[in-house]
Amino acid sequence: METLNFEYEAKGSLTRRAHVGVVGSGDLEVLIEPSGKPTAEVRVRTSVDGYTQVWKDVLDRFFARFGRAARVEINDFGATPGTVTLRLEQAAEEARS
Amino acid sequence: MHTTHDDNPITKERRDRFLKRQSIIEMRARQRAQAILDPGSFRELLGPFDRMESPWLPLEGIVPESDDGVIVARGQLGGRPAVIMAIEGAFQGGGMGEVSASKIAGALGLARRDCESGKPILPVLLLETGGVRLQEANLGEAVVAEIHAEIIALRRKVPVIGVINGMVGCFGGMSITAGLCSYLVVLPQARLELNGPEVIEQEAGIDEFDASDKHLIWSLMGGEQRYETGFADALIEDDVSALRQTLQSLAARGVPTRHRSENVDEYRRRLAKIDPAAPPDGPGLRRIWPRGEMQ
Repeated sequence: METLNFEYEAKGSLTRRAHVGVVGSGDLEVLIEPSGKPTAEVRVRTSVDGYTQVWKDVLDRFFARFGRAARVEINDFGATPGTVTLRLEQAAEEARS
Repeated sequence: MHTTHDDNPITKERRDRFLKRQSIIEMRARQRAQAILDPGSFRELLGPFDRMESPWLPLEGIVPESDDGVIVARGQLGGRPAVIMAIEGAFQGGGMGEVSASKIAGALGLARRDCESGKPILPVLLLETGGVRLQEANLGEAVVAEIHAEIIALRRKVPVIGVINGMVGCFGGMSITAGLCSYLVVLPQARLELNGPEVIEQEAGIDEFDASDKHLIWSLMGGEQRYETGFADALIEDDVSALRQTLQSLAARGVPTRHRSENVDEYRRRLAKIDPAAPPDGPGLRRIWPRGEMQ
């Protein structure tokens, strides 16, 4: 297991929190909630070691568009980058609705 | 209570009913609890944001889950108070750890206190579990024992209903949990057994049990077999509305005069019918242990 931390600049804020997904084979869970800080802080715990650059690429792309302050926790059990992006979109949609 | 179907031809009516079904197997544990409870009544206790995760798994290099794989939800079922304890089979094979098992034991304890203070509540366990999580071995075993003590105390006041609802099945110490329930509901896809197929093969050899033989596995420990030999009270299709109806009609039966696990003499009598030198196959067991005899 590897723990990775990322931080992104943010403009807007969130009013709701959301939880999606499950820590099952090829899947992940995402917890997203409003943050007191002006940034999006992301903590990733992943079962697959050695993919820091891939996580950075996926998260850079998502948070460049997301642009809101939030505390995000990801518990990953070997999801592909596509699945990670879909789960993030799903969590963001629920937290914005 | 048998609502599955045999090999009848596929008529338009059967096809339409099949397409209208809302699969329980395809849902995850939280969705199952939401689907069973009356719409809008789901309220989760110790949810993901309470972060009651396993303190042990990260120490062993395993990613934990924010709810430790158990969803506890209060709500209403058919307008009456209910608490659903749903095990997430996709996380660590539904294995019971110290935290996840404590969530169930705690919820059962609260249900008992509610019942004792004149506020009856229906407890429902959704069992999709390989048993105790090996990484938390003795801690898990200890809390599973607490679950069992709580069920035995609670089932005197209100029927405790177990459901084996997923493809993982229900094994290990949690198969004892299923056996202690006042009523047990199974899907045909369910499996119920103390030792899982791979454990038997590993410990006793492939001559004793071939864990790759699905027909063999389901013929001995599958949902239909368990129903037909009297170890389950209802066999239902993989459909949410069938499950909701079944839970309500079992709840309406009230506390059984005698729980299955109290029938010790009867089970001894049944065991005496088996010659260990020539053990029966699945259909053979149905002939010597027909379900009607136990009820």
